[in-house]
Amino acid sequence: MDGSSMDNKWIGKRTIRPDGADKVTGRATFGADFNLPGMLWGKVLRSPHPHAKIISINLEKAKAAPGVKSVICSDDMVEFPLDTPVMVGPADMRFVSRNILARDKVLYAGHAVAAVAATSVKNAQDALALIEVEYEILPHVIDVEDAMKPDAPVLHDFLRTGGVDPKPESASNVASRLEFKLGDLDAGFAAADVIVERTYKTKPVHQGYLEPHACLVSVAKDGQATIWSSSQGHFMVRSATAIMTGLNVADIRAIPAEIGGGFGGKTIVYLEPLALIMARISGFPVKMVMTREEVFLATGPTSGSWNTVKIGATKEGKITAATATFRFQAGAFPGSPARPAASCAFAPYEIENVQAIGYDVVMNRPKSNAYRAPGAPIAAFSVESAIDELARKLGLDPVEFRLKNAAKEGTRAAYGPTFRKIGFVETLDAAKRHPHYSAPLGPNQGRGVASGFWFNVGGESSAQIHVNEDGTVTVITGHPDIGGSRASMVNITAEMLGIDYNLVRAQIGDTNAIGISATTGGSRVTFAAGMAVTQVAEKVILTLRERAAKIWDIDLDAVVWENGEASPAGSNAGDFEPLSLADLAAKAAATGGPIAGQISINAQGAAPAFATHICDVEVDPDTGRVEILRYTAVQDVGRAVHPSYVEGQIQGGVAQGVGWALNEEYIYGDDGQMQNPGFLDYRMPVASDLPMIEAVVVEVPNDAHPHGVRGVGEVPIAPPMAAVANAIESATGLRLQDLPMSPPKVLAGLDAVS
Amino acid sequence: MPITVSMTVNGKAVTGEIEPRTLLVQFIRENLKLTGTHVGCDTSQCGACVVHIDGTSVKSCTTLAVQVDGADVHTIESLADGDTLHPMQEAFRENHGLQCGFCTPGMVMSAVDLVKENPDPSEQEIREWLEGNLCRCTGYHNIVKSIKAGAAAMRG
Repeated sequence: MDGSSMDNKWIGKRTIRPDGADKVTGRATFGADFNLPGMLWGKVLRSPHPHAKIISINLEKAKAAPGVKSVICSDDMVEFPLDTPVMVGPADMRFVSRNILARDKVLYAGHAVAAVAATSVKNAQDALALIEVEYEILPHVIDVEDAMKPDAPVLHDFLRTGGVDPKPESASNVASRLEFKLGDLDAGFAAADVIVERTYKTKPVHQGYLEPHACLVSVAKDGQATIWSSSQGHFMVRSATAIMTGLNVADIRAIPAEIGGGFGGKTIVYLEPLALIMARISGFPVKMVMTREEVFLATGPTSGSWNTVKIGATKEGKITAATATFRFQAGAFPGSPARPAASCAFAPYEIENVQAIGYDVVMNRPKSNAYRAPGAPIAAFSVESAIDELARKLGLDPVEFRLKNAAKEGTRAAYGPTFRKIGFVETLDAAKRHPHYSAPLGPNQGRGVASGFWFNVGGESSAQIHVNEDGTVTVITGHPDIGGSRASMVNITAEMLGIDYNLVRAQIGDTNAIGISATTGGSRVTFAAGMAVTQVAEKVILTLRERAAKIWDIDLDAVVWENGEASPAGSNAGDFEPLSLADLAAKAAATGGPIAGQISINAQGAAPAFATHICDVEVDPDTGRVEILRYTAVQDVGRAVHPSYVEGQIQGGVAQGVGWALNEEYIYGDDGQMQNPGFLDYRMPVASDLPMIEAVVVEVPNDAHPHGVRGVGEVPIAPPMAAVANAIESATGLRLQDLPMSPPKVLAGLDAVS
Repeated sequence: MPITVSMTVNGKAVTGEIEPRTLLVQFIRENLKLTGTHVGCDTSQCGACVVHIDGTSVKSCTTLAVQVDGADVHTIESLADGDTLHPMQEAFRENHGLQCGFCTPGMVMSAVDLVKENPDPSEQEIREWLEGNLCRCTGYHNIVKSIKAGAAAMRG
């Protein structure tokens, strides 16, 4: 029963995922794959202006257009006053509701203004053109530097900068300021022999999930609704949609589609409340599917940023002080990841005198949303670039420099906690020992190292295990399977029950079938749902032992569960042939009824992840193109429940980080319009941009988890940008501090250096 | 004015009354309800919509249905032989060549066409062939491994 042993039968095995056949045959149903009889198609009218007052909206002509069954604007949604937060999880519905249908003002080009449901996509699109909106155009502001200026156009008259004392009396685009601090910075910098102080900039980048947002909503005559949609959390879909449409939570059943990628971007709703309201008005089911252009214009990228970092160290290589300021683009409403950026910034290091400041700033861009380790990659690009420069100035090997300052058990992080057992040093040691680290390099080639940190989180998860009458087992959890989590749940269930993996099937329960399960995010599912599945398996094992005790007429304590069967605990307990899970399942009706268990927990004890990456590049001096030659990503995962999907998370995170480093960016004109809302001009990595990515899994178990799990998915996107920047400096002597490091920028930099 | 198109899809003769501007992917997904062919980008970069037309991989999001009138179209749904997965499908499943699975049908359809042209592709040839197929989850690592394994299995 002990799942933490390293010689487990199923945990740690590369089992075939239970949903593999569905996904290689096209049978899996994603958000856009659901259809109902009489279904309408919904489309959204979007603002052409980056910033304008809505003077009036006239829907009448559109309502009279052919095939149109419903036309709505924000008047049709619940209105939340601006002076009181309305939180659903981490999201404030004051802002979410105004983001998915603008109220009074449009705040970015692409901001939803109205929506139509009609008998075909064409009818809906034709009707959008008949909606009359009168705008009063306002001056706009796009970049964080401009938005923070005192004379900048103000987006929200109600907004007063939080976190400053005294509270300002006038409105500002700076939504909040936060600060973490330990020790005495002045003394720390005074003790330094070398100081590096730099400014770094990053551009917004999109999560880039391949599946655009999509949903289908049906509303019954009594008002009860069913939602089929692709999201990172159908309980979030249910909560957010209920509150914005005025329904009770129990009146919505949210059924999770397969999710075609999310990376944080599907942790909030854009379409479901609109579709529900139009289904309610029209009496027909409504389907909505975004185009890729809509995904770029109106769903959250992560923030762009403007940051400063200052780090000082002694000539022996001990960091004496460090400070960083992060100014984050939240987009049209408050809520950038400035706080996690400030928290993660120096978390890998033990620094006595340390400070991190964050600003959350609004501007006329789409509202930012979570993207894989929100804030941490931006912080890591800034800090790990500066760390690398410092190591160079001190003449120290960059891994050795990090080892001299690495956080370990007992280190207090500036953002509050004192670390329990962590594996940062182990990742550095593994990187140093890896053959990659000492492999020879050719001309125009360079090697960079960078590290990263992510908290990992726990939270609410539910699980059920049902022992079926034929001895098979169904495990149900409430988290959309975004990257192979069904396989991990099956590995854990098979391990705990001691039965063959192929006898276990995993399902994702809808909101009416499983207890509340928080959104897939924070690298939490294998940790939290894995804990829930483990605990419910223990309950089921107790029931199985009870049934055997009843059959044998002996005490429960005299029955043990080993290798998938009940046995007498010893010769004193009696002489009985073991009863397998299948035996007990067959006798379940006669021994007390179906054998099943369920549990809902708030998983505690999440433990952080650290990663250290090694990247080799070759820089073409004629074109400025940077080629990734070799990439090795070392990560402490605690325990790899399914190594192939652990490695897959690491490889995918690296690929996204490489895109962020080299090519991806939202490009805006002076007119406040995004100029590259498509995959042709928003350049995500293709297969030929990347080498094989070697994932090196380090396992320093999380002692608060029954199987040692920490969380995997997010930290691998933190180091790559700095690893690439550090490699470019090694190759060329050019230090780039402004992402993306695209060929024109590299070429201009090389010209300046030479 | 709706017009009539006829073609063979997955071995079955089909006819539809469609708007002339109907894309092949719309015809496949909405008229024929074959939802294994996906739309990721609308502009032919992502390759989630790849089908075979007369044996060659084509992006169905930038093909009009009327363009393939009379053609032999195969989608991901026709690749398996009854209950037996195509070797390329099996290779993706066994080599964990997917995470979310949204790009997978297009990847598999492209890969099958690659191996038809090049039975033993190198890693570099696979990567170059896949330039029109985006995956955001895997970093392509296990997809390249899957296609190598699938090619070997197809060679027999």
